[in-house]
Amino acid sequence: MTTVNTIQDLTGGEYKWGFVTPVDEDNIPRGLSEETIRLISAKKNEPEFMLEWRLKAYRHFMKLLKEDAEPKWAHIKFPPVNYQDIIYYSAPKKKPSAKSLDEVDPEVLEAYNKLGISLNEQKRLQGVAVDAVFDSVSVATTFQKKLAEKGVIFCSFSDAVQKHPDLVKKYLGSVVPYTDNFYATLNAAVFSDGSFAYIPKGVRCPMELSTYFRINAADSGQFERTLIVVEEGGYASYLEGCTAPKRDKNQLHAAVVELVALDNAQIKYSTVQNWYPGDKEGKGGIYNFVTKRGKCLGKNSKISWTQVETGSAITWKYPSVILMGDNSVGEFYSVAVTNNYQQADTGTKMIHMGKNTKSTIISKGISAGHAQNSYRGQVKIMKDATGARNYTQCDSLLIGDKCGAHTFPYIEVRNSSARMEHEAYTSKVGDDQIFYFRQRGLSAEEALTMIISGFCKQVFRELPMEFAVEAQKLLGVSLEGSVG
Amino acid sequence: MSTVTEATGLGSYLEAFSEMRQRTSHQPEWLRTLREDAFGQFCDIGFPTLKDEAWRFTSVAPIARESFSLAEGGAAELTLEDLKPFLIADAACRLVFVNGRFAAELSDCEPLPAGVEAGSLAAEIGSNPAALKSSLGRHLDLGTDPFCSLNTAFLEDGGYVRIAKGTVLASPIHLLFVSTDLDSPVMAHPRNLILAGPNSQADVVEEHVSLGDAKLFSNTATELVAEENAVIAHHMIERENRTSFHISTLQMHQERNSNVSSHSVLIGGALVRNNVHPVLAGEGGACLINGLFLGDDSQHLDNYMLVDHASPHCASHQFYNGILGGKSHGVFHGRIIVRKDAQQTDAKQTNRNLLLSDDAQIDTKPQLEIYADDVKCTHGATIGQLDENALYYLRSRGIDETSARELLLFAFAGECTGRIRSTPIREHVERIVRQSLPEGMTSDGTGEGAERRWEEIG
Repeated sequence: MTTVNTIQDLTGGEYKWGFVTPVDEDNIPRGLSEETIRLISAKKNEPEFMLEWRLKAYRHFMKLLKEDAEPKWAHIKFPPVNYQDIIYYSAPKKKPSAKSLDEVDPEVLEAYNKLGISLNEQKRLQGVAVDAVFDSVSVATTFQKKLAEKGVIFCSFSDAVQKHPDLVKKYLGSVVPYTDNFYATLNAAVFSDGSFAYIPKGVRCPMELSTYFRINAADSGQFERTLIVVEEGGYASYLEGCTAPKRDKNQLHAAVVELVALDNAQIKYSTVQNWYPGDKEGKGGIYNFVTKRGKCLGKNSKISWTQVETGSAITWKYPSVILMGDNSVGEFYSVAVTNNYQQADTGTKMIHMGKNTKSTIISKGISAGHAQNSYRGQVKIMKDATGARNYTQCDSLLIGDKCGAHTFPYIEVRNSSARMEHEAYTSKVGDDQIFYFRQRGLSAEEALTMIISGFCKQVFRELPMEFAVEAQKLLGVSLEGSVG
Repeated sequence: MSTVTEATGLGSYLEAFSEMRQRTSHQPEWLRTLREDAFGQFCDIGFPTLKDEAWRFTSVAPIARESFSLAEGGAAELTLEDLKPFLIADAACRLVFVNGRFAAELSDCEPLPAGVEAGSLAAEIGSNPAALKSSLGRHLDLGTDPFCSLNTAFLEDGGYVRIAKGTVLASPIHLLFVSTDLDSPVMAHPRNLILAGPNSQADVVEEHVSLGDAKLFSNTATELVAEENAVIAHHMIERENRTSFHISTLQMHQERNSNVSSHSVLIGGALVRNNVHPVLAGEGGACLINGLFLGDDSQHLDNYMLVDHASPHCASHQFYNGILGGKSHGVFHGRIIVRKDAQQTDAKQTNRNLLLSDDAQIDTKPQLEIYADDVKCTHGATIGQLDENALYYLRSRGIDETSARELLLFAFAGECTGRIRSTPIREHVERIVRQSLPEGMTSDGTGEGAERRWEEIG
């Protein structure tokens, strides 16, 4: 549990991951045009079908742009984004797809060491394979050999396009089509890299898979795409982490994650999102506009999302599950923390289509400073989803009187056998709670940290061990300076 | 706004409005301006579409498509005998409106207790318009709700109730809106004004009923002002025929320490929308919003609540229960806004629904927007079926299945009716609810359905 030490760590630390790594960047010119798309595709030496898919998405995006179809319904405010002022591709100059760690730019390796992510397999905690994405490209993927023994494919998206085009072609866009929404369309057109994981039939992935995203270059946008396919009876647990340097200018991050689970397969997807949130006055920070969706395609399949959202100036993110297979299960556990001028509009969608499908939503929002934190969730029970069950709990905690916490649940039921429950409450940290702790000799800050970790316990319990520790610490940093 | 609306819908309103304009040309300037502005606003906004967040689950296309004419006044053929089934036994006063117009011969207001004024708004406009200037149209939000604008544009008649300072009225005031069989589809825009002075207490019932099957578009708006320490209960009972459209808005303005409850029971109508908008403007105000909706056939019942906590130390509690059978579609859309300075707010929202048929739909959207930190806000929603164990318990004691279901449904509805404080009103509502739990609702339940599902699974 929290010790006085941690508190000191916390109060000492602002955003610790805000450094810039001096690497030679291979940037393409600013702006978005058909040329840009072709250039990105050419740089990645992609097969024809990829380029075509990108171009389709690009044309659709230009149409959306013309129609001014940028989503405006979320409870967030930001100045218009100039999509022509973004560098859509930026990579460290040394050969990006390094075959071994020796080929990776030492500066980049150093950057990851500084972040506490060692790409050196010997030094790494046993049992976690990492795909490190630096700006637009994946720089290294560890433990590939060991995974290959089991038949697991875990590599960067670019490698997957080269080596396993059939799989990519089959599943790319099957969960999030390029027409899905404004940001997903943009991503489909310009995405540069990401992770790809494929777990064959009956294999339980022997280690945690993880991707670490790092934005380094200025004025660039990061558009990565992750695709995870788990065949019948397989199991995968995937972790995702991210940081970015401190800059005064807002940067766009529009990612897409697609998960596919076949019969009896299980996917557990955990995120600790810690993009640069902007400074105390709300200047700078990442716009995190992400589309994440999983499809429980097979019977008895299960997809579970766990997210800890502490960073980003704006978070717009709704990890969802489409429950198609009978008896499939969807879960969503989320802690979203906003401080200073951060804004978060996050939640989930659970679409029940198969029979006896179940979903659980636990969302905890913490809002401090001038931040606005919204939960937006949809539970939809279709006509054929006999015996569907949903349990939703979304709670908010308010710290300070200038922040806001909001809940926007949508519950749509089309089947009479559905059972669903929704609960929510919003409150501030009680004076009596703080008083209780102080009576026992704890300071107000310590008391708050303990109350918050108790508030978030239900979600942290779902995180893999290494992440749980990190998440706990992050929470402290994000809320630092918000008491008293 | 669809082009269909432009072509036919608004046209008929323009016509009706110019007729209205002529008829009311002798009225005071401020009232005419109020109408003109409201009509202008309505023309600007037009009918809402599914893209409007507040109308996300309810399409008003059936209303927009049709052209309605203003109902003619006069209640020539009606006698008190016709109204018998709708009367409340111990009412202090009964105001009857036929197709939106006051019918003096059917009303009974004599003698009114001291300190209570109750009568028709039209009469008040005619005799003493200056007294209305400060309150009429003051609290209704015309800018965002086109139906409120429409109502204000056609503002003519309705109930007018004023309770003087310190007056306590023990028995209810009954506003009865009756629609009769007419040949062409008509619209009525009743407007009620309820003013409760400091320390006053009263119960008001607003009931909408139909005689016959004619299609009516009734668009009512009620402004309720509760001054300091007033204790007021408003009861909306909507049981029009299954072809009618009914839109109603209750706008409540609450001063310091006032206590207002709004009870609504939606039973009839093809397309019904009931808006309840309390504004807790003074410190220490409390408001209870209690509702029950029973849907069957292809009814569409939409409940929209917007609770505005504008002052500290206020409490608002919402309880809505819905029972949906047939192909009916129920909507619960509750929105609580806690403003920046409204510290120590206690806001609660509960919506429970029973789905009795596979073709019934429910959309619920309990929503919290909180800008103050020292608050306690909760909301909850459940959707489910009758408890099989409870059913089994009753059957094991020799109660047949139909009666057992009826009993359980009535108990579920009873959670809401039980919150009505005034005994004559509660008994009146309970009688209506008991009659309205249709047989189709109670038998077409899980009995056969469960077997079918079992086969599918096995």
